[in-house]
Amino acid sequence: METFINIILFTLLVVTAIAVTRTHGLFGVAMLSGVFSLLSALLLVTLDAVDVAFTEAAVGAGISTVLMLSALSLTSRHEKESSRSNVVPLLVVMCTGILLFYGTLDMPNFGEEGSPAQNHVSKAYIERSPSEIGVPNIVTAILASYRGYDTMGETAVVFTAGVGVLLLLSGLQRRRRKEYKKSGKL
Amino acid sequence: MRHHLILRVITKLLVGAMMLFAFYVQFHGDYSPGGGFQAGVIMAVAFIIYGIVFDLDHVQRVLPPWIAHKMLAIGVLLYSGTGIVSFFQGLNFLDYTAFSPHHPVHGQHYGIFAVELGVGITVTGVMVSIYYAFAGRTSEIRDEDW
Repeated sequence: METFINIILFTLLVVTAIAVTRTHGLFGVAMLSGVFSLLSALLLVTLDAVDVAFTEAAVGAGISTVLMLSALSLTSRHEKESSRSNVVPLLVVMCTGILLFYGTLDMPNFGEEGSPAQNHVSKAYIERSPSEIGVPNIVTAILASYRGYDTMGETAVVFTAGVGVLLLLSGLQRRRRKEYKKSGKL
Repeated sequence: MRHHLILRVITKLLVGAMMLFAFYVQFHGDYSPGGGFQAGVIMAVAFIIYGIVFDLDHVQRVLPPWIAHKMLAIGVLLYSGTGIVSFFQGLNFLDYTAFSPHHPVHGQHYGIFAVELGVGITVTGVMVSIYYAFAGRTSEIRDEDW
């Protein structure tokens, strides 16, 4: 059953990706990329990574689609026709894909007993977190307590990204408003 | 979007539920999937949807840009402040035992609560500020263009 679901989800992912490349209306592309994110969220659910799936659905399908749309309203709604040939990009993509496949050959099989992911700290987290942290959701226990320092770094990254966008966009707005005032139109 | 009656009614109905869901994800993260990041994003989406369907001015009356900008820093300060509190008990940075020295497990609960709240506030602030920064530059799009 799981194989069946996986096959369907991956087929839909590929169909969505092809649809993105074939669509020229940017509104449709933004929507399709949201669909792509939702499908990846579903794939993560089948891997039992519910927290990651939740993040993917909220961030990938939710807010980035909305931000994409609000960015879209600043430009035109249609893609510019490209005059260059598609051969070189296609080659680059194919080579990268083959290299990635080659890389997965070295990885342990999914859920394999002897893989490093199952043997190092994760065992200790599962054994110790009920008595040490007392939080039923081990993911939260790891993120906020065992790896609290990392999460602080992530929060700082989000903060920095926000400050960067604010500096780039709102500074421009203020300057424009000043110029507008100077030109005496107000 | 003045004449999209269905959108406006549905949005009014849904915004409250979205915020409630964001709080659920935020404070129930110990027991179910979710936490500060997800809750912050859902909370921000509630504001952004309101801003898109109604007006930027309307949503900025509820959450003015200066508050959204302050939220960026408040969240990070709350997080790192939680870490610094444990210094006063002679413990390591971000050791939540400091909040309840006799019941370390309770201390973990309080610490995780504070830290996740910090993450949620920062993420909400960042997402809403980014939206404001984009939407503030928009010349009103005409409905026919959609």
